[in-house]
Amino acid sequence: MKPFDYSRAKDRADATAQGAATTDASVQFIAGGTNILDLMKLEVMAPDKLVDINRLDLGDITETEEGGLRIGALVTNSDCAADNRIRRDYAVLARAILAGASGQLRNKATTGGNLCQRTRCYYFYDTAMPCNKREPGSGCQAIGGYNRIHAILGASDACIATYPGDMAVAMVALDAEVEIENADGKLRNLPLSQFHRLPGGTPEKDNVLENGELITAVILPPPVKGAHIYKKVRDRASYAFALCSVAALLRVENDEIAHASLAFGGLAHKPWRDAEVEKLLIGQRPSPELFAKAADKLLESATGQGSNDFKIPLTKRTLVSVLNEATKNEDQQRGASQ
Amino acid sequence: MTAHMKMNEPDKRRRLDQMKQGLIGTPMDRPDGPQKVSGMATYAHEWQMETMLYGVLVRAAIPKGSVTAVDRDPILEMDGIRAVITDDRLLRRPAQGTANEAPEQGATQVDYLGQTIALVVGDTFEQARYAAQNIKVKYEQAGDAVFEPEAEDTETEKPEDDQLDQGDLDQAMQTAAFTVDEIYRTPGHNSAAMEPHCSIASWKDDKLTLRGSYQMLKYNRNELADALGIDAENVRLLAPFVGGGFGSKLGITPESVAAALAARETGQPVCVALSRPQVFEATMRRSETRQHIRLACNKDGELTGIGHQCLVSNLPGEGFYEPVIQATHFVYGGENRRLGMEVARLNRTCAGSVRAPGEAVGMQVLENAMDELAEASGIDPVELRKRNIPDRHPEEDIPYSSRRFHEALDEGARRFGWDKRNKKPGSQRDGDWLIGQGMASAARVNMLMEAKARVTLRADGTALVETDMTDIGTGTYAILTQIAGEMLGLPADKIETKLGDTDLPTGPGSGGSWGASSTGSAVFLACEELRRQIAEKAGCSEQELNLTDGKIANSTNSRPITDIMQGEDIAAEGHVEPGETSETTSQATYGAYFAEVAVNAITAETRVKRMLGVFGAGRILNEKTATSQCYGGMIWGIGSALSEELVFDTRDGHLVNHDLAEYHIPVNLDVPQVEVVLLEERDDHASPIQSKGIGELGICGAAAAVTNAIHNATGIRVRDYPVTLDKLLEGLPAV
Repeated sequence: MKPFDYSRAKDRADATAQGAATTDASVQFIAGGTNILDLMKLEVMAPDKLVDINRLDLGDITETEEGGLRIGALVTNSDCAADNRIRRDYAVLARAILAGASGQLRNKATTGGNLCQRTRCYYFYDTAMPCNKREPGSGCQAIGGYNRIHAILGASDACIATYPGDMAVAMVALDAEVEIENADGKLRNLPLSQFHRLPGGTPEKDNVLENGELITAVILPPPVKGAHIYKKVRDRASYAFALCSVAALLRVENDEIAHASLAFGGLAHKPWRDAEVEKLLIGQRPSPELFAKAADKLLESATGQGSNDFKIPLTKRTLVSVLNEATKNEDQQRGASQ
Repeated sequence: MTAHMKMNEPDKRRRLDQMKQGLIGTPMDRPDGPQKVSGMATYAHEWQMETMLYGVLVRAAIPKGSVTAVDRDPILEMDGIRAVITDDRLLRRPAQGTANEAPEQGATQVDYLGQTIALVVGDTFEQARYAAQNIKVKYEQAGDAVFEPEAEDTETEKPEDDQLDQGDLDQAMQTAAFTVDEIYRTPGHNSAAMEPHCSIASWKDDKLTLRGSYQMLKYNRNELADALGIDAENVRLLAPFVGGGFGSKLGITPESVAAALAARETGQPVCVALSRPQVFEATMRRSETRQHIRLACNKDGELTGIGHQCLVSNLPGEGFYEPVIQATHFVYGGENRRLGMEVARLNRTCAGSVRAPGEAVGMQVLENAMDELAEASGIDPVELRKRNIPDRHPEEDIPYSSRRFHEALDEGARRFGWDKRNKKPGSQRDGDWLIGQGMASAARVNMLMEAKARVTLRADGTALVETDMTDIGTGTYAILTQIAGEMLGLPADKIETKLGDTDLPTGPGSGGSWGASSTGSAVFLACEELRRQIAEKAGCSEQELNLTDGKIANSTNSRPITDIMQGEDIAAEGHVEPGETSETTSQATYGAYFAEVAVNAITAETRVKRMLGVFGAGRILNEKTATSQCYGGMIWGIGSALSEELVFDTRDGHLVNHDLAEYHIPVNLDVPQVEVVLLEERDDHASPIQSKGIGELGICGAAAAVTNAIHNATGIRVRDYPVTLDKLLEGLPAV
């Protein structure tokens, strides 16, 4: 680990000013530190300075005027998943968080930090290996190598890494926005679906944060009624990253799908959402044929890399099953209310 | 006084059964337990030495070739850096178990990517690590590295003395009523012990003290001395607590010699600990295996032939290879047999002993094949195995020592409710889950090794047990305390057991499941000698001696043992050696596993719902620690079945998943209620305490019970371990 400076930010302005003091990634914020510290020990990341933002006033979940929730960037995963409002109105989010990591990690990991979690690509983690994300221009060793956990959607010749998190996948399905503050004290709100990037030719950039920009909150719109499902498929029952995950919000009214938002983890460099798939479902009667069509649409451009070819049939099966479950639950709920 | 016994004849006296203290066999808590849970047990890395420096190993970044230059100067100018060690004596490989001499040295030659090539020493661990990560090394790469065991041009050897061709297997296969002829593959494994390897070296004049995390100090001391080119008498090793070994600490590993060299050069104690990726790269792996298994039986399911021919791998020049067929030789009958080993030479990490070398993967595949034969012949899997338990060793024509194989199968079937299982594969469903049951036999060779121990009965009525034996989490402190307490009639809290110090009487250490029986027998013999001395003082025969709770009793009165000690300590050394009984009988431990699994019909994820193991391993010395050993083995079986796999890059041979995030050992949620039943047994041929090894038995076939259950649940046979979901997906019903 490279020696580094440490400073504790007094307030948000101080944090963003310190963050913007250089033009490269040499200053990093630290909150829970569950990912960056590991990466620094391995010298996968080697910032000159860490700015500790843990004492900033960003640790609350508050209700918004629009009827949604504003989750402060420093709310821990454990607190977020345990919040009654989230459990009641945004169950998909609570479920996604609890499907990730371990209890100990969730106690430390924060909402903002979790969005910035970096890929688990084996070659990214091994500094003896070329990796365009770690060392731009050095090449991608995952292509042609062992790539069980890698992307089948939206990858590039430069990078086939996946975004590994669960929380963000549910948030993307919920149409969440991320609130970002820059060094001028200006706030910008961005749909979370536009926060993470596809790798293209610059895989070193995981997301659209500019130098010094600080995530201050994630804002959830008013709740969506319906089935809230988070289905995560993995190599062991706990403490493993998603091979494929589906966050689904689905509501059936009058035997037709009235609402469908679907986001996918473990498939791409970002939580994946496909408007075409949702469009195809909305207004239709649930049926096995419809679900298969939706899955085929989702996977139209999917490409395996060898060891991850199985993700294509796996995702199809998982999505169809989630849609079955979501629409079946809806029937039951309606039955109960009649 | 030394009491010596060579195991040339069965010891039918069963002395421990005649004792009155009531300690032996009980589920006594570990005496070291409170120290461990309160952090007072000092593991290798926790010794606090004055002026200690820290060393961090440097890893080769090429798969094969040589180091032509290490750019030392810029490193030596870095803050806090004291030395860069590239001494010819650095280990480039770990030592194999019981090697007793240095492994390959000379870290300028690179045999695999990730090999140790240098050590950087600094004032702090952080400084040393930073420097080690940034040291510039120049290499000359060799172009002829080999990475794949089954590639056409990979060189292989067939060890001559490990090829058996008895009768005519081909003929047996042709004329059999039912056959199985399949190829199975198992991946490499790493022990991944909780405590990473660590050594702290300090010198005083010419004497080296090394605090390490090792399993077999007697051998480790010689290995270390040989590597350093010094007399073994000048080396003292201390390892009172070891946080798991599973084979990875049988022989010395590169950090030991590196720490010793660095401490010599700097004149200060040096601590070198491996990071988790270094544990994966610088210590032993279990070899991957390719196993061609053939079974032939008559219409009654009686085996007429067994073929088991296996390909494993190791680095060039390594003598060890995974002895896959070890138990195949004796577990089942069948007169036509072709068993053989073949070793591929690869530029991958060093292969060596990992828990139950041989049986862990060999029994696993044999038991899958038996399941296939049961299916082919329509004979119940439990029944098929019972029909094939031979009367005498099918190759050596010698009798078995005690063997509770049949009973384990019956008892397991009864407890599990085997008769209620659904026999038709793929026909049991609970919601989205396909349910299945499977079973497998367990077998593991038993070994007794030469061991010594000293026991002192002190004048104050307490006793001291001393040996260089280690407790690697297995419960050695507990069982040696129990043996001494039982023999001397003392409660456990009157006994102090000292382990893990080469100054103490030597034994074979922990490995091969032989530790408890070997050193336990030495303690037993020492205590027997003490009893003779006590009897002499008491004026009775040793057989008549009645020692309980610190008192000596005869038919009329009882008095404190201290009365006859007359203010003097008495001491005796016990010395046991293996003898003819290990030649004249086939000694092994046996058992049976039963498992129920649920396979998700959508995603193919497998979850083990329940698992039972019934084992016979001679006398059980401590029911709790023995049971824990079996739990651990069975959990390893779950990992072997479902998730554990070392993945090597096919292009440069490097270990891709070298940490616990991506090398998937089972976590709590993967492990269901596991039940272990230990059968009452005495093996008079095995040791004077009638015990046999139990440390590895729990894994020897366990994975097969799980994968046989997967077949029962889904109708799918996966012959390429581990059974990850991708291998089942295609065979599952459409969604």
